This record gives sequence, structure tokens and C-alpha cells, in this order.
Amino acid sequence: MGSLVEDNPSNSDSSDLLIETARRCRREIVKMTHRAAAGHPGGSLSAIDILAALYGRRLNVDPQNPDDPERDRFIMSKGHASPGMYAILHESGFLSKEDLTSFRKLGGVCQGHVDMKWTPGVDFSAGSLGMGLSFGIGCALAARLDGSDRTTFVMLGDGELQEGQIWEAAIAAVHHEIGNLKVFVDRNRIQNDDFVEKQMRIFDVAAKWHGFGWAVREIDGHDMDEILSAIQWLDSITDGPAVVIAHTVKGKGVSFMENNPKFHGAAPNDEQLAQALEELA
Amino acid sequence: MTLAASRDGYGNGLMGLVHDEKVIVLEADLGKSTKSQMFRQAHPERTFSLGISEQNMMLVAAGLASCGYKPFASTFAIFTQRGFEQIRNGIARPNLPVHICGSHGGIHTGTDGSSAQSIADLAIYRSLPNMSVMHPCDDLSAEALTIKLANYDSPSYTRTARNKTPRIYDSESAASLQIGKGTVLRSGKDVAIISCGVMVAKALTAADNLSSSGIEATVVDMHTIKPLDEELISRLAEECGCFVTSEDHSIIGGLGGAVAEYLSATTPLPLERVGVKDHYGESGDGEELLSKYGMSSDDITSASQRAIERK
Repeated sequence: MGSLVEDNPSNSDSSDLLIETARRCRREIVKMTHRAAAGHPGGSLSAIDILAALYGRRLNVDPQNPDDPERDRFIMSKGHASPGMYAILHESGFLSKEDLTSFRKLGGVCQGHVDMKWTPGVDFSAGSLGMGLSFGIGCALAARLDGSDRTTFVMLGDGELQEGQIWEAAIAAVHHEIGNLKVFVDRNRIQNDDFVEKQMRIFDVAAKWHGFGWAVREIDGHDMDEILSAIQWLDSITDGPAVVIAHTVKGKGVSFMENNPKFHGAAPNDEQLAQALEELA
Repeated sequence: MTLAASRDGYGNGLMGLVHDEKVIVLEADLGKSTKSQMFRQAHPERTFSLGISEQNMMLVAAGLASCGYKPFASTFAIFTQRGFEQIRNGIARPNLPVHICGSHGGIHTGTDGSSAQSIADLAIYRSLPNMSVMHPCDDLSAEALTIKLANYDSPSYTRTARNKTPRIYDSESAASLQIGKGTVLRSGKDVAIISCGVMVAKALTAADNLSSSGIEATVVDMHTIKPLDEELISRLAEECGCFVTSEDHSIIGGLGGAVAEYLSATTPLPLERVGVKDHYGESGDGEELLSKYGMSSDDITSASQRAIERK
């Protein structure tokens, strides 16, 4: 494979299928966190449209052969968005419905933060922010050394950009001209304690990446046509790393979670679950 | 007597691995010092500079290892610790076979002063599940152990030393080394001196001095601190009945700590620990520093006498 399936990204039928996948994932995200009475719904809901597009239309991965060395890599650096990852891995055939019930349970396949040692289809053991971009560079260099056209995608959070290691990696990816490394920044503007704007302002995110030498594009991270077109754009950049700043809404799709710092790391109660599922019906 | 530095052995070991196309060398601007530049000169296409960015280097290594490569990442021992949590969460936790080399370990590093003198690395890395920890005593053993790491399927930390000290092995004896198996360099029944790194030569000198006053010491090069050669320590507990550890490292948590933990859980016996006694070093010649901080061969001799008295 190696590039987006060649049809019109604005084909509404095709986008509709992905939008529907994302809706089902959203339902699983709120159910998983409710069942575990813990977890991170907000950043899973903000990222899920991008995940639906990547897994539905772009990533060359096979649930029958999850360790295939020639698979594309997807590095979820914001590892607390694990409910979102598990939901899309279920949609993609890597996890059963029953696997999803193991989220945060002793011995469960679905660990609190995504972990390559526990979950088929997970390529990186995350949970500590700031590390995934560096790991992605390693995966991308390996593909280059192998002479393979497999691609490495990385998803970062915007609060995560406060970690210094992100910028160490940003320098290195340009220095080594890593053209098979593609990044999404989930710019949902909320981190653990509060709004990013209040915790540590990161100002113009696109300008920062541009200043480090990256190819940059900004999109609405909930508009499926824009996401698909951004993936095509990422694939068109081959002489160096490229990043898409996806402007998103934390908690997207559940009214009381949207733009609410409380639901970065809090589960819905029974009543809230019922309301969320009604909204996501 | 040939003088040699174990960091040269690391460079020679990498050169011994050039035939293995999965071996990748990573540097953080100190390749001239750690000696990884020997590999860079031969194989620039398999050597990556990550600049002065140790945290990034550790995770780039992890990513390469996850795709089947065998990354060897080096910097000063003290600067590996800049990426400690990266090593913990990104390498050791997922058990990715990344091989980290920290050169310039210990206060013997000398005139650079206390900022460069890593005295806690063995303790820190020993505490991580899945990690193996080594500190060879000369160039030939460092070379042999580095070559063995290419077929080691879990992560490791190897500390090397900056300065030249007496060579302990020859090519033949070094080739028979095994990770996790200590080397008995000299046998005696009165005390067992367990040593690593630059302190192995000091331990041998101490054993000579003890012998002239009628005390016979066993001297072990415990080049692997983890996994510890427990079988050997148990045997020496029976044969010698008391122990001294000597290391250019804090007496807290390193070789002395490892031996103390094992003895206290099996056969509690007198143990004297020679090493850095919970303080930082300073600038000075390496040998001067070892003397000033109670880590000379004479200090090992007197520690041995104390251990024997406590039997």
C-alpha cells in the first residue's frame, strides 16, 4: 500500500463510513471509561476522527498478522488516549468486544495506557509524555535502512509539546531528513490540570514546527474530508518530516465533556453515560 | 604491564560487530570520547548523530530496536542519566534490546571534576527490571563483552572508564568471558575481594600486599553487576567466610549493594565495602582522587583485614 486509497477524498459516501466508525468508537470510549470508573475520555474523543481515517483508509496493518515487520507504524505518543486506541483497534479487528471490557482491569489486554507488550496492534509503550516522536524517528530510520516504503505516523497531544524531548526530536527529524515520518498534533487546548493557555502557553504551534524546519498544515481535526486530504498531503511530502496541526475539541461529541478540563481524566457516572450514549446514538 | 582504557574496548567491540548489518551506533556528540567514532569512521551509514539530546537518543534507539535493529547508544555515564526515565519507560519496560554504554564512569575520570564523575549509575540501572549492568575492568574484556551483546535479547547498560589502568586479561581469557559470570583472578581462603572496573587492578595489588603478611585473598572481576553471579558468591561464602567489595562508585546500591543484598538473604557474613562514601568528587588526577577518597589498594588491604577480624 503506502498511500491513501486513490479515490476522491471528498467522496461523501466514503467519508460517511468513517464518520460512522468514529461515532461507534465514541460510544465505546465513554462505555470503557464508565466501566473502569477511570481513564481519559476527553483526549480520546478529540483524536478519534483522525484515528478512524488513518485506520480506515491509510494504515497498512493486518489484525491477522499484527507483528508483520512491513506494517506501517502508528505511535500513539499521548498514551492516555488509550480508550480511543482500543476502540479503533476493535473496529479494525485487533481486539474483540470482550477485550474492551478488560480496560484497566488486572491482567487485562487493555492497559491503562497503551502498551506494545500487552495489546496486539499497539506499536509503542506510552504513558510518559514526550517520547513518541523520538520512537517514531527510530521506526522511520529502520524503514529507511531496510529500504522499505512503510510509513510511521505519530500522534502527539498539544499539552505534550511542553516536553523538551519533543523539540529534541523535532530537530533530529529534520537533520536526518526523515521523509517517511508523519505527525498529527491533536490541538485540543486542554491538558490535565486546566486549559493549555493557563498551564503553559504554547502560542503559535504551527509557527514553532515551521521554525524547526517541518512542513506544516493546519486543519479542522473533526472534518473528515479535511483529515483525508491532510493524509494525502502528508504522503506527498517525502523530503523531510511533515506535521498536521489538527484543531480539535476536547471531549468532542459529548456535550458536557466538550471543552471541559474535568473530562481530561475523569470517567462519566451512570447518568452521564446514559446522556452520552443518547447523544452518540 | 600494559595500560589500557576500557572505553577503547567498547570502540574495538563495535568494530568487531561491523559484519552484523543490524548493529546501529547512536551518538550524542561524545563519540570521540566513548570511542563509538571508530565505528562511525568505518560505517557512517549505520551511525546516527543525535546531537546533545540524550533523551531523544534513548527513544530513537528504542524505535530502532522495535523494528529488529541492534542499537548501541553511548555518551558519558553521567549523561545517560539525563535520559533515565526514557530508559526506564521506553527501553527497559518494553524490554527492547538497546545497549547503552556510559563512558567516563567513576571519580577516576579525574580532572573534569564532579559534574562528569558518575557515581550512581550502576545502582540506578541495576534497579530496573529487564536491565543487565556491566562494568568491565580493561579494554580486552570490554571488547569481548560488547561483542556478546549483539546476541543479547534484552537491554543492557555497560559502564566504561576514561583512563588507562593495568590490563587484566589477554585475548584468550577475554574471549571466554560470559555475561553474568564473574572471573576468579586469584584464589585464597581468607577473604574474597569482589571488584569491578578500575578497582580490579587495585584489588590484585591489595591481594599481593595481603599475601606478604600471610593472608590469602580471592580476587574476582565481577564485570557483570546484574545478573549477579550468585553461584560464585555462594561458593566463596563457604570458601572464604568474609567479603570486601571494591568499586569506583557509591557504596550505596552498586556492586557493594548487590553483594550485600545477596549475602543478607542467604549467608550473612562480614562485608566491607570500598567505594565512594556518599559524597561527590572533585577535580584531580584519577589516582590522587582514589587515594583521597579511601579507594586505594591500601584501603582494600585494610578493609580485608577488618572483614577477617569480624569473622
